[in-house]
Amino acid sequence: MLRLLDRVYTKNEEKGRAMKARVHVMLKNGVLDPQGEAVRHALGAMGFDGVQGVRQGKVIEMDLAEGTSEADVAQMCEKLLANTVIESYSVEMAS
Amino acid sequence: MRAAVVVFPGSNCDRDLAVALKAAGADVTMVWHKDSALPQGIDIVGIPGGFSYGDYLRCGAIAANSPICRSVVAHAQRGGFVLGICNGFQVLTETGLLPGALLRNAGLKFICRTVQLRVATANSAFTAGYAAGDVIDIPVAHHDGNYFADPQTIARLKGEDRIAFSYVDNPNGAQADIAGILSDNRRVLGMMPHPERAADAGHGGTDGAALFRAVTGALRTA
Repeated sequence: MLRLLDRVYTKNEEKGRAMKARVHVMLKNGVLDPQGEAVRHALGAMGFDGVQGVRQGKVIEMDLAEGTSEADVAQMCEKLLANTVIESYSVEMAS
Repeated sequence: MRAAVVVFPGSNCDRDLAVALKAAGADVTMVWHKDSALPQGIDIVGIPGGFSYGDYLRCGAIAANSPICRSVVAHAQRGGFVLGICNGFQVLTETGLLPGALLRNAGLKFICRTVQLRVATANSAFTAGYAAGDVIDIPVAHHDGNYFADPQTIARLKGEDRIAFSYVDNPNGAQADIAGILSDNRRVLGMMPHPERAADAGHGGTDGAALFRAVTGALRTA
């Protein structure tokens, strides 16, 4: 089964060199994250007392057309996906 | 004087804003988010409250990149007046016309009630109908009204007298109790509270009417 999947993937690769990007967007350090704080409280109330801090962010996955580069994805982050006044982002590219 | 009110999918204070501007003497045109240009001769653009594009991604983020907003930014850069209320304030920060950002309320709850605002400056066409230090009753209705900016920006806003309104009793965790701020040319105002919901005796209060009277009056004589 794994082998088969591998082969399908390789085929797609050959056809269109389809890429995926995964963008992580997090509130910057120093920006209060009340949602993360509420999650931390809830975990504590449930008895998970080993959690000292929680920060909540988002993950955005994109299927990219051929020729779309990591620099293009960074532009998308700067212009829309993250608000760099309050958020930082990181980009992972994968085929 | 001519006003345009932008309507996004999910705007819900657009007609209230139009009514308040008309009552203050403006000739109001509604413009759709897909329009790429404002009508000729617009003096002031109103960006209303609501949940533009369902608040997807971040409040105001998608609206800020809509076709009409490019024209609104150009209008502001030419020295035109812009009033963004609630979601409109979020849109203005997302376009970069105003500094900072609006975060989730510190208490995490949606807040919908009338609050007291202190008029922090009378030095703008929007606030000239008040005296600095006046306390007015204006409703708020938001989930993401917690104003954030870095300490240098907050210091600059204070130093340049660009805080228009501050909360008497901060409901949402906003830095420096900020409820509304002005652009550096004082012609763009963004504020979380809703003056258009306190502009007619039927609303239960009229403390917001002076804002609309002042700005339309200034533009009529300009």
